[in-house]
Amino acid sequence: MMRFMLLFSRQGKLRLQKWYLATSDKERKKMVRELMQVVLARKPKMCSFLEWRDLKVVYKRYASLYFCCAIEGQDNELITLELIHRYVELLDKYFGSSVLKAIEQADLLQEEDESPRSVLEEMGLA
Amino acid sequence: MVMSSLKLQDLIEEIRGAKTQAQEREVIQKECAHIRASFRDGDPLLRHRQLAKLLYVHMLGYPAHFGQMECLKLIASPRFIDKRVGYLGAMLLLDERQDAHLLITNSIKNDLNQGIQAVQGLALCTLSTMGSAEMCRDLATEVEKLLLERSPYVRKKAVLTAVHMIRKVPELSDTFLPVCAKLLHERHHGVLLGTITLITELCERSPAALKRFRKVVPQLVQILRTLVTTGYSTEHSISGVSDPFLQVQILRLLRILGRNHEESSESMNDLLAQVATNTDTSRNAGSAVLFETVLTIVDIRSAAGLRVLAVNILGRFLLNSDKNIRYVALTSLLRLVQSDHSAVQRHRPTVVECLWEPDASLSRRALELSLALVNSSNVRAMTQELQGFLESCPLDLRADCASGILLAAERFAPTKRWHIDTILRVLTMAGSHVRDDAVANLTQLIGGAQELHAYSVRRLYSALAQDISQQPLVQVAAWCIGEYGDLLLEGSCEETEPLQVEEEEVLALLERVLQSHMSLPATRGYALTALMKLSTRLRGDNNRIRQVVSIYGSCLDVELQQRAVEYNTLFRKYDHMRAAILEKMPLVDRGGPQADEEVKESKEATHLLEPAPVPTEPQASKLLDLLDLLDGPSEDPQPPPPVDPSPEGTLIHLLDLPCAPLAPAPIPNLRVFEREGLQLNLSFVRPPGTPTLLLITATATNASEGDVTHFICQAAVPKSFQLQLQAPSGDTVPAQGGLPVTQVLRILNPNKAPLRLKLRLTYNHYGRSVQEIFEVNNLPVEAWQ
Repeated sequence: MMRFMLLFSRQGKLRLQKWYLATSDKERKKMVRELMQVVLARKPKMCSFLEWRDLKVVYKRYASLYFCCAIEGQDNELITLELIHRYVELLDKYFGSSVLKAIEQADLLQEEDESPRSVLEEMGLA
Repeated sequence: MVMSSLKLQDLIEEIRGAKTQAQEREVIQKECAHIRASFRDGDPLLRHRQLAKLLYVHMLGYPAHFGQMECLKLIASPRFIDKRVGYLGAMLLLDERQDAHLLITNSIKNDLNQGIQAVQGLALCTLSTMGSAEMCRDLATEVEKLLLERSPYVRKKAVLTAVHMIRKVPELSDTFLPVCAKLLHERHHGVLLGTITLITELCERSPAALKRFRKVVPQLVQILRTLVTTGYSTEHSISGVSDPFLQVQILRLLRILGRNHEESSESMNDLLAQVATNTDTSRNAGSAVLFETVLTIVDIRSAAGLRVLAVNILGRFLLNSDKNIRYVALTSLLRLVQSDHSAVQRHRPTVVECLWEPDASLSRRALELSLALVNSSNVRAMTQELQGFLESCPLDLRADCASGILLAAERFAPTKRWHIDTILRVLTMAGSHVRDDAVANLTQLIGGAQELHAYSVRRLYSALAQDISQQPLVQVAAWCIGEYGDLLLEGSCEETEPLQVEEEEVLALLERVLQSHMSLPATRGYALTALMKLSTRLRGDNNRIRQVVSIYGSCLDVELQQRAVEYNTLFRKYDHMRAAILEKMPLVDRGGPQADEEVKESKEATHLLEPAPVPTEPQASKLLDLLDLLDGPSEDPQPPPPVDPSPEGTLIHLLDLPCAPLAPAPIPNLRVFEREGLQLNLSFVRPPGTPTLLLITATATNASEGDVTHFICQAAVPKSFQLQLQAPSGDTVPAQGGLPVTQVLRILNPNKAPLRLKLRLTYNHYGRSVQEIFEVNNLPVEAWQ
């Protein structure tokens, strides 16, 4: 079963989060921060799967956005990868190709003015 | 003052227009205040707009809990536009941790029974997202009814809700069991996928359900077969595979049904083989299906041929250019290596190739798998490969690799020599990463392999001479040099190249280790003890050693200082016992670190004055054990006189030594022989606590002009005594007061009989060989009382 799904930018800004298990806000924030750190540290040529805590994490990068799914031990990683791709296709189809661009756009807007500060803020929050 | 109510789009634009974070916060705070006011006494018709804005603000990460009650109101409203936003709000803002969530149960119930698809869909969606256990129990029957609705849209959502309910409240399985069989006839893939998932959840949670659904295995097989064999279908095809999501889900269910069940497994065999061969794996979708098939084959009671097929598929995956596929292959093979060892062995070369992957997660998996594949027939080749990997692997894998190699070597070493070589190589390459017990294991191993002592000490000496930074290596080398130093200096050993080592070089090396700032305190301890042992193994004089030892008597490290002081004392006051104390160690039991500690402790001179007996079976027993030259009349055993309690007590801490006197009542020395300048003196020690033991140290001194060479001293005692002759310190007594030769005689006198001692000396002096036999007279009474 999928535990949660995250979308975040390369700058470390969370864009979307969907949780399939009720967890406290504090716990969620901690998990998001940790996982983002791990995934953003991966080099481009590495494989899309990694082990994190007791879960498997499947991630895929589309432009500057990371789509990240956490699945349980007995789930099939390859089909999850397929699922992520299907989701992106659907977003594209339903909202037009502008959606991903829009999400990126938001990044760029923020990037111009305040990426140093937003990073600091992240660290401050940490 | 009533502000004009912004539409959602306007708000978004305004937020986007904010140039800084502070500005954005300001806009949002202002708007939230307005929303709050509007919730209190604003137009109910525009409430949905306010909530929509609030939800957007919530998505950006700002607090929005005050909107929870509004969700309830909107859900209860009859208008669809209200319900839509209300339900969305409920899904985002309410979950089972909030108290308010139960309040929407009634609204959901009404909406479920309403009959309008869109509304039912909303309600079902919300229920499946945030339904708590209580809500699920209340609404289970409603949902069950909807499972048979006409519209597939509603059916699909109902099934998903049912899955959620089962996860939350497993007891509801009775409610949903009966419908499932009917639902399997679905044509709509969405509903079918939901059904399969529902059945999977039911089977995982209830053994009764599992038994019941085993009956539908043929049906499942049929569905999957149709999927695999039908041609291209625009609606369901992904990369040429017909609905891979459904296929994977069915395979998963088959796995659960076939586990530990012969009959079901058998009926699946053909299908699984078919899927395995027919699936196009050029794209990820096909590989995903194939992977799931392999997992299923491995988990059920499949035919042997099918299992081999599965392993071969994984082997093929290993050669795939896609990294992800290689990763899942390595992970799965690791799971299989215990149960299907020989099948996995066939792919060993490919696995070893994967060690060199630049991706860390892949190389880690490959390392684990390679270590699991080592067996007695391939151990040499594998260790070679693994050692090559060890040289260049990333740091975080080094410890695992080193430990793995050592473990494999221990389990499958073909010869002791190969084992020692392997450990040596690992220590040289990655010494700082091995586990702590590697040192103990190696010393144990070397100690036990008597024939390899010379070989080991040479190899270790050469390794140490090159590099004194790897601590485990230095420790083992120091220990070895200390123990087998005499073999090192001997010069000849067939198994290594001839190595001429001078005594001075050995001492210099150990001193370097002692002084190096890279050496840990433990290593220094090893080196110091080794130096001390060499004092009895080497021929030359011990001045250098004595010097070093006395320097460390004032070392800051307490452990070293203690050792140094004890060894110093050994030189000064207990010189006659030095040889006995420092002789070769007996083989240690593999009792773990505790045993090693104890044995090491026993080498310290604290042992000297404690009641514990000297270790039995020293290697000196292979030396002169004497012939009983005396056969005098056996004395009647006298009643043992009481041992005088010594005023000094038995436990004397060596750190207090300078002021503490010797053992009780020292027995006077005795000169027993004198001829042409060569003198033999006997000194006696009765260790307290062992009243039957007598230690005699025979010291031969030479005051003449000529050297005494080939000096051998032998002794004999009456039959009731036990005599052990320890190794002499040498066989040459240099002229004019050169270094005397000492030898320790251990005499056990269980009957406390009066001691009689006969000595035989043979030596060369002034070019003549001399032999003298005589009985020792005037033995002091204290020697046996």
